[in-house]
Amino acid sequence: MAKKKHVLPGFRTSVGWTVTWVSLLVLLPLTALVGKTASGGWEHFWETVTDPEVVATYRVSFGISFIAALINGVFGFLAAWIFARYDFPGRRLLEAATDLPFALPTAVAGIALTALYSPSEWLGQYLEPLGIKIAFAPAGVLIAMIFIGFPFVVRAVQPVIEDLSADVEEAAACLGANRWQTIRYVILPPLLPALFTGIIMSYGRAVGEYGSIVFISGNIPFQTEITPLMIFQKLEQYDYTGAAALGFTMLLASLVIVLIGNRLQTWGNRFRKLA
Amino acid sequence: MASFIDFRNPPGSDRRADNTIRATAEPLWVRRVVIGIVALFFFFFLFLPLLVVFQGALAKGVDVLKEAFTDHDILHSIWMTLIVALITVPANTAFGIAAAWAITRYRFTGRQVLLALIDLPLWVSPVIGGLIYVLLYGRRGYFGPWLQAHDIKIIFALPGMVLATTFVTFPFVARSLIPLMQAQGVEEEEAALTLGASGLQILRRITLPKIRWGLFYGVILCNARAMGEFGAVSVVSAKISGKTNTMPLEIERLYNDYLFPQAFAVASALSLLALLTLSLKTLAEWENRRQFEAGQRSLLEPTIETAP
Repeated sequence: MAKKKHVLPGFRTSVGWTVTWVSLLVLLPLTALVGKTASGGWEHFWETVTDPEVVATYRVSFGISFIAALINGVFGFLAAWIFARYDFPGRRLLEAATDLPFALPTAVAGIALTALYSPSEWLGQYLEPLGIKIAFAPAGVLIAMIFIGFPFVVRAVQPVIEDLSADVEEAAACLGANRWQTIRYVILPPLLPALFTGIIMSYGRAVGEYGSIVFISGNIPFQTEITPLMIFQKLEQYDYTGAAALGFTMLLASLVIVLIGNRLQTWGNRFRKLA
Repeated sequence: MASFIDFRNPPGSDRRADNTIRATAEPLWVRRVVIGIVALFFFFFLFLPLLVVFQGALAKGVDVLKEAFTDHDILHSIWMTLIVALITVPANTAFGIAAAWAITRYRFTGRQVLLALIDLPLWVSPVIGGLIYVLLYGRRGYFGPWLQAHDIKIIFALPGMVLATTFVTFPFVARSLIPLMQAQGVEEEEAALTLGASGLQILRRITLPKIRWGLFYGVILCNARAMGEFGAVSVVSAKISGKTNTMPLEIERLYNDYLFPQAFAVASALSLLALLTLSLKTLAEWENRRQFEAGQRSLLEPTIETAP
């Protein structure tokens, strides 16, 4: 009976392999994560996730990354707009460079940004006399988070801008709207879901980011430490249940972020079909 | 001044075209300002960091660079990176093809769950990708005592690093293939089946040629991530230079030891890899889009194509 449903051969092989692979690599380890978290007991869990030093990391990992995501929303939108609409020398180059944060190993980005903004180096030497401290300060974390989250907004928004049909803009112009009114009332509304999706995705990436941040942040307790770093510290003290508790908390937080992102995407797709 | 050149309407642009542009495009100065802002953003956030890496590598002269790439520990880290990539990339390529085939060719219960699990490594912190294996195979992990009794080392050794890297890289191939195979449909595969082809023949002669650019795209992204992974691997590696350090971990070691030229030398090698990845990726994207559109066209208007 089941065979009739699957015309093409290879059902058992492909599904079997996939399920085995995913079970060994994801399901089993995630079960271990949940199990270890539970084995520590509720009190240990609560103590770990509400430890003042850990709570201070939430402000960095969830707070600063939110500011970074909003900044990426602005610049990502502008970049997506000019890639989709304008023709200028170097467009192809910028477009290809957009994904550099995906391709560049995070450790490389980390030391490069640190060198760029350290006092007495590249940009740091000009910023230091002005009293602006970026490396080894919260601003450095922000810079790193902007760097790694940027491509998400461009990738989410650009295809939607390309999909916009020209007739609605022409209609708006014919009806006497000036360019600003057209952008504000005709172009922007259908782009908002995609923009929010991009911002949420770049937020999610920044929340979990480790490699590019730990170099530039200086890991100062209560100031620039990030939550993933706390997992490291717990593991170094062989506090497996504490590490699991933090990992589990981060996993839940990321799950919520992803679900919001998916919701937005579904909403946006419906919007696109209507338009 | 009597001139036959009309400055308001220079040659090549007639008045009508000019008006059309004004109605549905931003004024020239706005366009220039926006392009300028974006270009500045790219310069400060993307190009300058890259420049810093190459300048840092060459700052102390070519001799230091040469020395760095003959240093035993650095060479060993390159070797480790290659071994990890050589194991994980083919394994994840095979998995990606199987997963994309399973997801796009069949409808079965649990399909959505499977899809969500394939996506998971894309959104969890890479540090969690290392942590979960420590909880399983680490000294105080679930299988830790058994592994120790049998003298098998997974965490703080190569197997753990391979596992963590496999975890963070396995969505890439599957994720690049699924939308492509969905768009291309199954008509050709089914035709081959009615003509008596076996499953493997269909895969090799029909499907793989159809998806080759999407596959290439996924493989180079998977490889870039495998060679550059830092967070997940640093949880499960003992971080011993000359033994269990991959290139990103070696960069951290050199940097923390204030050996900046050497750190940037290794970083520049990885940056070159990133640039190569980006250019190959752009190429694959163009080809992929072409195939994707061809696939969508054939979905919309099924036509009989004769083999070339």
